[in-house]
Amino acid sequence: MSTAAGTSMDTGEEIGAIATIRRGVHFSPELKDGIGWTLVLALIASIGQVIVPVAVQRTIDHGLNGPDGPDVAFTVEMGIAAALALAVTSFASYLMTSRLFTTSERGLATLRIKAFRHVHDLPLLTQNTERRGALVSRVTSDVDQVSQFLVYGGLLFVVSTGQVLVATIVMVIYSWQLALVVWVCFAPLFLSIRYFQRKLSDAYSVVRRQVGAMLSAISEPVVGAAVVRSYAVEDRTQARIDHAIDEYKTSSTSAQRFTVISFSLGGVSAGLANAGVLIVGVWLGFAGDITAGTVLAFAFLVSLFVGPVQMGTQILTDAQNAIASWRRVIGILDTPADLVDPGPDGATLPHEPVDVTFRDVTFAYPGGPPVLRDIDLEIAAGTRIAVVGETGSGKSTIAKLLTRLMDPTEGAVLLDGIDVRDIAQASMRRSVVLVPQEGFLFDDSIAANVRYGRLDATDEEIVAAADDLGLGDWLAGLPGGIATQVGQRGESMSAGERQLVALWRAQLADPDLLVLDEATSAVDPALEMRISRALERLMRGRTSVTIAHRLTTAEGADEVIVVDKGRIVQRGPHAVLAQQEGSVYAGLYASWVAQQAS
Amino acid sequence: MAKRRGTTSAGFAVLGVAIRREPLIFTLSTIGSVLFGALTVADAWVLGWATDHVVLPAFENGEIDSSLLWAVFALFLGVALLRAVGIVARRLGAGVMQYRMQAHTRRAVTRQYLSLPMEWHQRHPTGQLLSNANSDVEAAWGPIAPLPMAVGTVAMMVIAIVQMFLADVVMAVVGLLVFPAVVVANLFYQRYSSPLMTKAQQLRAELSEVAHESFDGAMVVKTLGRESEETERFAETAHRLRDVNMRAGRIRAAFDPTLAALPSLGVLVVLAVGVERVLGGATDAGDVVTVAYLLTIVAFPIRSIGWLLGEFPRSVVGFNRVRSVLRATGEMQYGDAPAVRSQAGARLAVEGLAYRYDPEQHLLEDVTFTVEPGRTVALVGATASGKSTLTNLMARLVDPAEGRILLDGTDLRDLARGELAQVVSVVAQTAFLFDDTVRDNVTLGADVSDEEVWAALRAAQADGFVAALPHGLDTQLGERGASLSGGQRQRISLARALVRKPRLLVLDDATSAVDPEVEARILEALRSGSHDSTLVVVAYRKATISLADEVVHLEDGRVADRGTHAELLARSPAYAHLVNAYEMRADVPAESSAEMQEAE
Repeated sequence: MSTAAGTSMDTGEEIGAIATIRRGVHFSPELKDGIGWTLVLALIASIGQVIVPVAVQRTIDHGLNGPDGPDVAFTVEMGIAAALALAVTSFASYLMTSRLFTTSERGLATLRIKAFRHVHDLPLLTQNTERRGALVSRVTSDVDQVSQFLVYGGLLFVVSTGQVLVATIVMVIYSWQLALVVWVCFAPLFLSIRYFQRKLSDAYSVVRRQVGAMLSAISEPVVGAAVVRSYAVEDRTQARIDHAIDEYKTSSTSAQRFTVISFSLGGVSAGLANAGVLIVGVWLGFAGDITAGTVLAFAFLVSLFVGPVQMGTQILTDAQNAIASWRRVIGILDTPADLVDPGPDGATLPHEPVDVTFRDVTFAYPGGPPVLRDIDLEIAAGTRIAVVGETGSGKSTIAKLLTRLMDPTEGAVLLDGIDVRDIAQASMRRSVVLVPQEGFLFDDSIAANVRYGRLDATDEEIVAAADDLGLGDWLAGLPGGIATQVGQRGESMSAGERQLVALWRAQLADPDLLVLDEATSAVDPALEMRISRALERLMRGRTSVTIAHRLTTAEGADEVIVVDKGRIVQRGPHAVLAQQEGSVYAGLYASWVAQQAS
Repeated sequence: MAKRRGTTSAGFAVLGVAIRREPLIFTLSTIGSVLFGALTVADAWVLGWATDHVVLPAFENGEIDSSLLWAVFALFLGVALLRAVGIVARRLGAGVMQYRMQAHTRRAVTRQYLSLPMEWHQRHPTGQLLSNANSDVEAAWGPIAPLPMAVGTVAMMVIAIVQMFLADVVMAVVGLLVFPAVVVANLFYQRYSSPLMTKAQQLRAELSEVAHESFDGAMVVKTLGRESEETERFAETAHRLRDVNMRAGRIRAAFDPTLAALPSLGVLVVLAVGVERVLGGATDAGDVVTVAYLLTIVAFPIRSIGWLLGEFPRSVVGFNRVRSVLRATGEMQYGDAPAVRSQAGARLAVEGLAYRYDPEQHLLEDVTFTVEPGRTVALVGATASGKSTLTNLMARLVDPAEGRILLDGTDLRDLARGELAQVVSVVAQTAFLFDDTVRDNVTLGADVSDEEVWAALRAAQADGFVAALPHGLDTQLGERGASLSGGQRQRISLARALVRKPRLLVLDDATSAVDPEVEARILEALRSGSHDSTLVVVAYRKATISLADEVVHLEDGRVADRGTHAELLARSPAYAHLVNAYEMRADVPAESSAEMQEAE
């Protein structure tokens, strides 16, 4: 998706697993909170796993085969001691798990929020190079993936490691020879975990691709219901769906094979280890090195190896996915943020119509040719300007520079004689308001959407702003008044109504410089009139720059600026420009007139 | 409690459907699972047997029969290998069964989507239908995965209990206490944690919505400097999710060690009781080891019963949603008349047409007009005047409540299935592209040469940008393919209609996202084309309207007036008002929309 160097999002792919974790912990400092104690608790919890094997060994060697025959009192005492130990280790396990949950959830909530904020701080250009869905998943499912791993896979990893470690220590204390036998039986499996994991992750990447294809296929008869019917391509569509469903089934089944094989091998190793321990143990027993209880305790200890081995492949796969997700989240935070805000040191614009100056402005997208060249322009306070020109002429860039969504490559944009780079962002956002082409609304009430323009506005002020724009009667016609819900992305309203709300929002924001990107889509005629009227009133008493898509707008402006191939080629009132024969504007005007006449 | 039992039996009923559909694979995986369960118990028995016959005698007498030693080795390994076979059969079987059921159901659901009438689609939100075919299917068959394991576990428990009783009655009683305790603890765990899991799931969806909306409105947020307020809004939901996850974590932190400690406590009791029993001569050391080992290895699989029951609520809900799609009825009826194939345009007659969304809402009433072959008619009217409904009726996406539409004298409802599409093409305002190549999006599988595809693209003014695509006609479009602008998508879908050389072409505001100059060229190409299609256009722009031979002015679902553009302009104030409102904002040529939104 990246269009040019410097605009794309950092994917973080260059950094390794360890570095990722280090960066991740840097952004979520909570993860380090009391990690030492958590690990100590994990170790204590692991000891709980060997209580039963040790108890079995003690029972056989001292309770059953003691010097004086079976000893019930000893067994009961030992049982009570073991039960107490179990209570302690279980409690340690409780503490460890809940601490792990607490720190990781806290840490990841912090990471999530930081990343979300950073997305908004990214330059517009960078935001636009990423798909919306991809940005959303970085602050939602990617963080969830890390969280799931830390509290499930990660926990399992800590517990498994502790379990294998403690079991091995106990084994070595009992008999290093038998411990060796067990390890020889399990070593190949531990070594094969990586192999299976790699196979598995390859298989699952195929599955993920097939899932995507299948979801896309099954959406076709729903989203394209009308097209499928009107072209009578039901059979063809069904064939495509069936194919995608089958592919997904086949790839899932094939991925399942690796999980199953690696899982079942754990049990085989356990059987091998048990057999080996018995034989070697009995043989060692002749030499008088160990007791019967020890040999039997090994059977219990061996079972502690099975779980970790069986889960190892899954844990590694989860870990790999979690690291990849973590990288993507960190990638956002590692992408340089927006233009520099001078903050409180910056200048503040007075609340009155501003004048605008472009001084030798040249702008080029990173790695691209200039889209604006040597623009010199002065706009007096309170004038109404329309900018016209063809697609790619650079006129939209003028709007972006004016609202400081981007900074010029060369030259400067000045408001009231101050370079916009020296104006505090807060003052800038108060004084300059952009009304984009599509009136974007949040899924909330009309009041909440309008209030977005000025957060401390009362309901009365909101209604007053509507009256200012002549929207009073339209508002009165809405069933819920300003409490009317607009639906997702404002979809309960028509495109024209969304534009009205956007203008209303701008009126409430009460800017000194209004930058309008005119809408092109056709809307209901009655609303068109309203929009025009509201626009007219909104611009009153303000400096306004409209990126015009309609010549009527240009006709109504004080001055028209014609942009062609990155340069200003004409400037003046409509009546004058239209008379300049052979000019760009005269050409545009002629074809417009021709259309009207038909 | 009653509801819970209802869910459980409904859950089993859902599983019954799956078992009846895939009896073979279910039997196979269940046999595998029972094999696994039986051999797990056998493992404990082998250990006990080895203790009594090999280990203890060897240590007591200091001698050993080497053939016995090899027998132990063979037994352990044999049991382990067979058990592995059992695991493979169980897990592969469960997986295959689950994937197969998903596939069956998805095929059935999508078949319904394709055969149910358009009216049914209009009554159901897109998002709901998509999740019916995806997540609901997954949820419905979720319990299949742990099913064989749970069945095997039940078998294992029964065998284990029998074996414990054979070993020693007193120790068996201890075991009998441990197993139900684990089951009960598990059920409690499920009950406490599942509401939190559901809540977390909802919050995740909510969080995603907040982020989606906020990033969609990024430009508004940025230009009004509302980053902090947005972050606060996001943080509020993120913190709620964090808190729910932490609560779920604490519950899990309490239950995990409890579930692990229960069998361990059982083993300790068995050891104490066992020594007493050995002393009394009621049993021997091998049996003590067997029972202790059984408790250790059987306890964990018992959790699978909890997993199975835990899946039930989601499964039942998902299954019911899917079933309501599968049980939906209503299919369009077709006649057996063929459509007239010829190069000439079709004659369209609309007679007394009425369409109602429900008895209250009349979308069209008594609409009558005719379009002679080769003529162009513009449908003009304010929003909700019934224009799009009329085009839907012409494509027979829906059938009228009253009246009829005749194509060359034949009622659309008398045409055989698929016939209408041979002669009529409708292009809607929202262009839908398939996840397929440009070529296939234009041909939709029809046997058309590349030259004809290019000719259609040229007429739709789409040849230029298609030629510039990385793989030309072979470029993938749709969800996974290249992203096109709205206007480009409209032009591809227009080419799809044109390549068929339809005798009647209906354009429902199909060029709304195309800039006016390009639109004018498209209409020019349509009118001057060699093919003499009859043309019905729903239009907003005056330039488009004025190209029509006749205008049908619709008002509130009725024909307000008919005539040429000039006639209507002259005699109908309402029409003049409507059309002049557009004129207010007549367009500058050669301007594309959404320029500001897109990175250049």
